[in-house]
Amino acid sequence: MNDPVDVLIIGAGASGAAVAWSLAETKMHILCLDQGGWMKPSEYPSTGRDWEAKFYGDWSTSPNIRGRPEDYPINDDNSPIKVVNFNGVGGSTVMYTAHWPRLHPSDFRVKTLDGVADDWPIDYDTLVPFFEENDRMMGVSGLSGDPLSPLTHPPMPPQPLGLSGPLIGKAMNKLGWHWWPSDTTVATMDYEGRARCINLGHCTPACAQGAKASTDITYWPQAIRAGVELKTHCRVREILTNEHGMASGVVYYDRDGVEQFQPAEVVIIACNGVGTPRLLLNSVSGRFPNGLANSSRLVGKNLMFHPYAQIYGFVQEPTDSNRAPPTCLWSKEFYDTDLSRGFVRGYGIQFGRGAGPVFEAVASEQKGILPWGADHHRVFRKLNGHRLAVSAICEDLPEEHNRVTLDPVLKDSHGIPAPKIDYTISENSWKMMEHGLARGREILETAGATDICINNPIPWGGWHLLGTARMGTDPARSVVNEWGRSHDVKNLFIVDGSVFVTSGGVNPTSTIQAIALYVADQMKQRLANLFD
Amino acid sequence: MSAAHELTPSQRDDLRTIAAMIIPASDEYKVPGADDPAVQTDMLATLSRDTALVAQALDHLARLAGQPLAELDTARRDAVAQEFRATGGVAAATLVRVVLQCYYRDDRVLRSLGLELRAPFPKGHVLPEGDWSLLDPVKARGGKLRVS
Repeated sequence: MNDPVDVLIIGAGASGAAVAWSLAETKMHILCLDQGGWMKPSEYPSTGRDWEAKFYGDWSTSPNIRGRPEDYPINDDNSPIKVVNFNGVGGSTVMYTAHWPRLHPSDFRVKTLDGVADDWPIDYDTLVPFFEENDRMMGVSGLSGDPLSPLTHPPMPPQPLGLSGPLIGKAMNKLGWHWWPSDTTVATMDYEGRARCINLGHCTPACAQGAKASTDITYWPQAIRAGVELKTHCRVREILTNEHGMASGVVYYDRDGVEQFQPAEVVIIACNGVGTPRLLLNSVSGRFPNGLANSSRLVGKNLMFHPYAQIYGFVQEPTDSNRAPPTCLWSKEFYDTDLSRGFVRGYGIQFGRGAGPVFEAVASEQKGILPWGADHHRVFRKLNGHRLAVSAICEDLPEEHNRVTLDPVLKDSHGIPAPKIDYTISENSWKMMEHGLARGREILETAGATDICINNPIPWGGWHLLGTARMGTDPARSVVNEWGRSHDVKNLFIVDGSVFVTSGGVNPTSTIQAIALYVADQMKQRLANLFD
Repeated sequence: MSAAHELTPSQRDDLRTIAAMIIPASDEYKVPGADDPAVQTDMLATLSRDTALVAQALDHLARLAGQPLAELDTARRDAVAQEFRATGGVAAATLVRVVLQCYYRDDRVLRSLGLELRAPFPKGHVLPEGDWSLLDPVKARGGKLRVS
C-alpha cells in the first residue's frame, strides 16, 4: 500500500491543476493522479508537414477516434453531440481553442431572472478574485472595457484583428450589433516563461510554441515547485469509503497496469463532467449502492453541452485561413433573454477566422460545394483562404434526462466500465440555434459571403461537459454544497465543470478554474473544521 | 506491415482511378492529379489507421463497378463514382479525405496555391494588426450587463 497523503486530486487538467496549485501553500502532502502523461510539444501536429492530417487521427478531438492508451471510450451513440476531450497532464486545456469568456453575473440567477432551471448557490462577485487570479496564472490577452461582458483586466493586449477581424467588424457595424476582441489564453507577448504567439494557426490540437495556455505549462510547474506530487499514467477505478462513510482513498492502475491503493484524508475529483460521474457511479459499495455521493440520484444527470450552431461562408477578400489563432472576436448581442425571440436565455457568438487547405477541401467536399472533376481546382481556389465562420454557443438548460450513466458493455483498457451518454437537444435550444443561424446568415451576407453552409449542431462539438454533479444548498437537489464538498461524503470535493448549475452561453474553462480556486480557498479557510 | 501491403493490387488500381476522378491534373493551374505517383505513394505510405475503412470503401467501389474502374467507359465510370459517394457512408468519406489530405500537402500543389512548403512551426506567420478604429462605434454605443 502507498503511504497516505493529506489530499488526493484525481485529474491534472484545468481544475485539478488550479486546485493543486492553490492548496500547495498549505504544505499538506498533496498528490495528483492522472491517467495520461506529460505532453511533448516537439511532437505536436504543427511541427510537421502532415499537421492537418493528424487532426483526423492521432490528434482528433474525439477520444473515440483518437484512441490513445490514455483515453477511455465513450458511448455517445445516443447523442447528436459527440464528446470531445483530451486526457493527459493539462487535460483538455492541451486541446482547446483558448477562447476565454466568463459566465455573466446574470448566469448565476437564471431562476430569479427568467424562471427556469435553478439559481446558483454562489454569485459572480464571489468568484471575481478567483477569475482575476486565474487570468494572471493562465496568462490572458484581450481588451478591457467590453460594454456587454463582465469587466476583465487581461495582462496582455488582444490578438491582432488580422485579415478576418476587420471583415467581421465592418459587417457587425453595418448591422449595429455588438462585437469585441475575445479574451483568450493565447499569449500575445512573452509572459511568465511562455513565448508569444507566432500564429501557427493550429491552436486547438496543442500549441507547439507554448503560447496557448494549458495547465501543463502554467499551473503545474509552479504547483510542483511548491511541493505537489503528480503521478502520471495512473487511472483511478474507484473511490473507497470507510466505516464512517468517509472517503478512505482510491484504487488505481499504475503505468504497469498494477492495481494500487492510495489512502488519503481528502479526495478531490477533477475529471470533467463525464469522467467525474463515471468515477462516482463506479464507486459502488454497501453504504453507497447507487454510487458515491449520489443520495440525490443526480450524479450524471443534467448534462449540459452547449449546442453549437455554426454557419460559414466565403468572401472575395482573403481571410486569415490557418495563419492565425482560429478565434479572435466574440459578440454578446444575443446573450440575454428576449422572449420576443421565441426562447428563453441566449447565446454568445464566436467568430472563426478560417481554415487550412486540407480542412477546407475535406469540409467543402463533404458539404457538396467542392466538386469532383475538372472544376475542382477553380472552385477550391475560390474557397480556400476565404472562409469566415459564425458560431452561436447556445445556453443549454439542465434536464435530468440528459445524463451520463455506465455502459453495460463498453469498458476501457483496464476493464473499467465506460460512460454512456443519453442526450437530446431541447426545443428551447433548437429555437435558439435557429435564431443564431439566421443572425449568422445576416452577418455573413453583410460581409459579402456566398456558398453558405451550416453545421447544426456541430456534431463533434461536445467540448463543454457540465452539470452532472451540480452544486447547491439542498442535498436533495444537488451533489455538492456551495463550496464544492459532497453533501454525502464530508471529505470528498468536486471542482470541475460537473458542479455547474446552469451553463451560460460561453466557453466555460475560465469559470471552471475560478470555481476550482474558490473551492480551494474555502478549504483553506476551513481547514480546522473541514469535515464538520 | 506497411499500409501499401494491405491493399490488393486491384484496390490500388481503383484507388488511383477514383483519385484522378476526384482531382484530375490541370494544365491551367499547373498541378498534377491525385493519381500522380508521388501523391499515390504518400497515400499508401500513410494510410495507417485509415487502411481498414479505405479498403472497405474500395470493396464497395468494386462491387458497384463490377470490373476495374479504369476499364469502364466515361459515362459508366461517372455514374459509379456518384453512387459510390452517395452510398459509401463513412468509408467513402474516409477514402475521399485520404485523397484530399495527401493531395493538399504535395509541394507542387501548395506552390500552385501560393502556400509555403513547410510546417507551421517554428516560423509561424505574421498577422496584420488591423484597423482598431472599427471598434469605435461599439464603444460609442456602449451598453450594460443585465442586472443580476
